[in-house]
Amino acid sequence: MRHRVAMTINGTQYEHEVEPRTLLVYYIREQAGLTGTHIGCDTSSCGACTVEMDGHSVKSCTVFAVQADGAQITTIEGLAVGSQLHPLQQAFWDEHGLQCGYCTPGMIMAAKQLLERNPKPTEQEIRLGIEGNLCRCTGYQNIVKAIETAARTMAAQAGKEVKAPAAVS
Amino acid sequence: MIPASFDYIAVKTVPEAVAELAKHGDESKLLAGGHSLIPLMKLRLSTPSFVVDIGRVKDLNYIRRTDGHIAFGALTTHHDIEFSDLVKEQLPLLASAASQIGDPQVRNRGTMGGAAAHADPSGDYPTCLLTLDAEFDVVGPNGRRVIKASDFFVGTFTSALQPDEVLTEIRVPAPPAGTRGTYLKFSRRSQDWAIVAVAAQATVKDRKFQEIRIGLTSMGGTPLRASAVEAALRGKSADADTIRKAAEKAAEGTDPPQDLNGSPDYRRHLATVLTRRALEQLTAGR
Ligand SMILES: Cc1cc2nc3c(=O)[nH]c(=O)nc-3n(C[C@H](O)[C@H](O)[C@H](O)COP(=O)(O)OP(=O)(O)OC[C@H]3O[C@@H](n4cnc5c(N)ncnc54)[C@H](O)[C@@H]3O)c2cc1C
Ligand code: FES
Ligand code: FES
Repeated sequence: MRHRVAMTINGTQYEHEVEPRTLLVYYIREQAGLTGTHIGCDTSSCGACTVEMDGHSVKSCTVFAVQADGAQITTIEGLAVGSQLHPLQQAFWDEHGLQCGYCTPGMIMAAKQLLERNPKPTEQEIRLGIEGNLCRCTGYQNIVKAIETAARTMAAQAGKEVKAPAAVS
Repeated sequence: MIPASFDYIAVKTVPEAVAELAKHGDESKLLAGGHSLIPLMKLRLSTPSFVVDIGRVKDLNYIRRTDGHIAFGALTTHHDIEFSDLVKEQLPLLASAASQIGDPQVRNRGTMGGAAAHADPSGDYPTCLLTLDAEFDVVGPNGRRVIKASDFFVGTFTSALQPDEVLTEIRVPAPPAGTRGTYLKFSRRSQDWAIVAVAAQATVKDRKFQEIRIGLTSMGGTPLRASAVEAALRGKSADADTIRKAAEKAAEGTDPPQDLNGSPDYRRHLATVLTRRALEQLTAGR
C-alpha cells in the first residue's frame, strides 16, 4: 500500500506517493531530487546521510519517509543563502575540512546541531559532537579546526546582531 | 539495504495501537524511534507485515516528578534525558548513561520505551532501569498492568511485554538527597555498544554506604545486579579498602558472553575494574 507524504525541505513543500519502506534518505535524493545528502553505509553508522528533521539531526537512512510526513527538513542544500555560504561551509572550505568530500554534507549537518546546542565547544566536545560521523580521508584534524572557526564566526555574527539595536538607540 | 515491504499504520492514541496489535497479532510490530527496529528490518532479521507507528501519540513524551518517583513517557528520547535538569539532578546515573548511547543523531531519535522493550543485554538503559528498581506501565487489551524491573527483562532481547501490549510509562524511585550516580561504559570506539558497563548509584552519609545499587551491562543474557558487591557495601564504611575488596566480587554470578570484543575472562576483569572506578568516583570527597 502506498502512502502520500508531504514535507517541507529547505523551505519548499514536497508531496509524493511512497512505499512505507522507503527510507527518508532515498526520498530526499530520488524523489525530491536533492542529492547533496549522501549514503555512506546504509547501516546507521557513518552519518553521511545526516539531515535536520524538526530541529534535530537524524541519520536519514534510519528514518522511514512516512515518519517524516509533515516534518520540516533541512539538508546541506538549505544552508547557504544565495551565494553566501553558511559559516560552517565557509570554514570547511577555508580550513581544508574535506578531501574527497563524501562525508562533508553529513559532517556539516552534525556540526550545525552541535553549535546550536553548544555555541562554544571545546575540542573534546567537538569530537564527541561528531562521533556519529565517519571520515575516511582527513583524520578529523581539519574538520575539528573548521568547526572551531565556524563557532567563532557565528559568535561574532551573533554579537553584531545583538549589538546593532543598541548602537541605534 | 531495503526492508521487506509492509503496511504502515500511524496511530494517534495508545488504545488504537493496542487494537492494531490485537488485530494483526504476530504479523505486526510497534515502531517508536526506529533505531533498533529499522536496522533489523533492513537486515531482514525482522519482517513485520504491519508496522504500527506510535511516534505521533501525544502525551507519551515527558519527564515529570510524581509522588516519590521520576516518571518518563515511553517516547522520551535519549537526548531529552541526557539534557534534562531534573534527571541530571535527581538521577545522574540515567543522565550519564543517556549521554553515552550511540551518537547525537541516535539519541535524537531513540526512545527509552523502545530501548527497554528491545531488552538488549548490551543496551545501556535496561541495566540502569534494573539497577534503579524502575517499574513499567503497560497497556494491553485487558487494560493496564505494572511490571517491576526485576520481572521485566526476562531474556536476551526478550522482555515481559506481550506482543499486543504497549509500554507507556517508566517510573524510577526518586533517591534521597545527596545521592550520586554514574555509568561507566567501556568500548573501543566512540559510538559503540558496551563491551562491559557498570551502573552505580550510592547514597553516602557519615562516610557510610546507606544505599548502594550496582548493575552490569553485557555480563550475561540479561542486565544484571552485582548483588554480591551491594551486600558487601551496604551499611559499610566508604573507604578505599572496603571498595576495592567489594569490587572484586563484581563478576560473581555472571555469565559473560564470548564474542569478537572480548572473552568472558576479559569481561569479568573489566567488571571488577569498572565497579571499583565507579565507586571511587561516587565516594570522592565524601
Ligand atoms: C548506530 C546506533 C548505535 C546505537 N548505540 C547504542 C548504544 O550504545 N547503547 C544502547 O543502549 N543503544 C544503542 N542503540 C539503540 C538505540 O538506543 C535504540 O534507540 C533503542 O534500542 C530502541 O529505541 P527506539 O525508540 O529506537 O525503538 P524502536 O526501534 O522503534 O523499537 C525497538 C523495539 O521495541 C518495540 N517497542 C518500541 N516502543 C515500544 C513501546 N512503547 N511499547 C512496546 N514495545 C515497544 C518495537 O516494537 C521494537 O521491537 C544504537 C542504535 C543505533 C542505530
Ligand atoms: S548512510 Fe546513514 S549512517 Fe551511513
Ligand atoms: S573527506 Fe573523504 S570521507 Fe571525509
